[in-house]
Amino acid sequence: MKHLNLVLGAAGLAVFLAVGEAVPRLGLVKEAYFPPVSTIAGALAREVSDPAFWTALGDTLTGWAVGLALAVAGGLLAGVLLSVVPYLREATASTVEFLRPIPSVALIPLAVLLYGTELRSVLLLVVYAAFWQILIQVLYGVQDVDPVAEATARSYGLGTLARVRYVLWPTALPYVMTGVRLAAAVALILSVTAELVIGAPGLGARIAVAQTSQAVPEMYALIVVTGLLGLLINVGARTVERRALSWHQSVRGEVAV
Amino acid sequence: MLDVRGLRKVYEGSGRTVEAVRDLTFSVAAGELVCLVGPSGCGKTTLLKCMSGLLAPTGGEVLLDGRRVTGPPPGMAFVFQEYGRSLFPWMRVGQNVELPLKQKGMAKERRRALVADALESVGLADAAKAYPWQLSGGMQQRVAIARALAYEPQVLLMDEPFAAVDAQTRADLEDLVRRLWRERGITVLFVTHDIDEAVYLGERVVVLSASPTVVQEELVVDLPVERDQLNTRVQPRFAELRTRVYEQIQAAKRGSVSAAPGAPGAGVEKE
Repeated sequence: MKHLNLVLGAAGLAVFLAVGEAVPRLGLVKEAYFPPVSTIAGALAREVSDPAFWTALGDTLTGWAVGLALAVAGGLLAGVLLSVVPYLREATASTVEFLRPIPSVALIPLAVLLYGTELRSVLLLVVYAAFWQILIQVLYGVQDVDPVAEATARSYGLGTLARVRYVLWPTALPYVMTGVRLAAAVALILSVTAELVIGAPGLGARIAVAQTSQAVPEMYALIVVTGLLGLLINVGARTVERRALSWHQSVRGEVAV
Repeated sequence: MLDVRGLRKVYEGSGRTVEAVRDLTFSVAAGELVCLVGPSGCGKTTLLKCMSGLLAPTGGEVLLDGRRVTGPPPGMAFVFQEYGRSLFPWMRVGQNVELPLKQKGMAKERRRALVADALESVGLADAAKAYPWQLSGGMQQRVAIARALAYEPQVLLMDEPFAAVDAQTRADLEDLVRRLWRERGITVLFVTHDIDEAVYLGERVVVLSASPTVVQEELVVDLPVERDQLNTRVQPRFAELRTRVYEQIQAAKRGSVSAAPGAPGAGVEKE
């Protein structure tokens, strides 16, 4: 079954690439705006042999990783704090619901005003977008604590800190993992957007340069790179999730007893 | 050892107050095995939660060894009915049993010895590395019992621990509780809604009334200390005792209907 899925997936991709090659060659779309796959592949090969490309990739990944790390740390801390301190969650709920839907890209002017094209501009946008993903998941996860597990822990004399560590944290972990996976995807989108719009160094800025200098195949090649990056991030996040949650129902599946 | 004096618990809901436990007084002597039995929804769980310090009573008090219980006391272990939720699925069996000992600040070797000994005595010596969800229901409840044993409690509270396992497993677990009680000299308070189980297990049976709860009757089970599933249950004395308890529970139900129509507390207890 798994083998078959693999074959089908490869076949689907091959067809997609073949269509991408054939459509511009047959003149169905203008080759100048939509170059065939082989041309894009050639541009991609030129890109990866250019050191400047690797610098740009490094810049994008730095913005992504640092932003994500800050958002995860902040989201976790805030989430646990809001849940553990009585009344704090109720008091902040309306503010959170107001701030959360603000699209991070709406903060671009603010970021430019504050930091110009520095890395900090990217970080501001990335952290703002990813933080809420983590916070909301932590809040849900903490609510999911089983009253029986909690009563068990209390009856065996576990104090507040011990209960956070041994009951609350493992209960919230599956939610946190989902939050991190979503935040990782959002962080990549925002770091590329920030580079593209603000001009902070990175893949986004390189795409913008390719576009303005009419290097259409290069532009597509860079877009492909960002797609691959997103794919890798998702696969990586899922692997981490599976390892950390081997005990969880969603991972262990049905166990025969 | 364990004294319950004038215990009363009233739940203050939105717009309505429910008196779950009205006035309960009874005691359990050191080394005794007492079964609490009562009709469905009679506040058994509320009572146990008050006794274990998980819930603050509205009135009256619970004394353990002469000291008033205000929070979970270190000398008391609790076995819950919902073993699947009481054991932590993210920890292996051995870690589950060990966790309360870590909180006691015990040295590693001592913890290991206690965990091994407890798992051994419930017949799960080789399951320490498994996860709870890899075990059957009966085995999971054995793990929960092992966790309680390793805690070295003076008093073991068991809240309908075998209500969710099949009949054969239940018989095995009943014999396990009898054996552990005799071997270890722990004081056991066993709550059940099963009359046969109460008579088979207990040295004494306390029958509770329907909610709001009072003690309906206490009776001594004068069956031999050596009990087994085949012979004990067919003894004429066993039949007499179970009939007596059954009558009392029926009386308790009738009493509640005439005293408090509408059976308050029904929404509080989840039996």
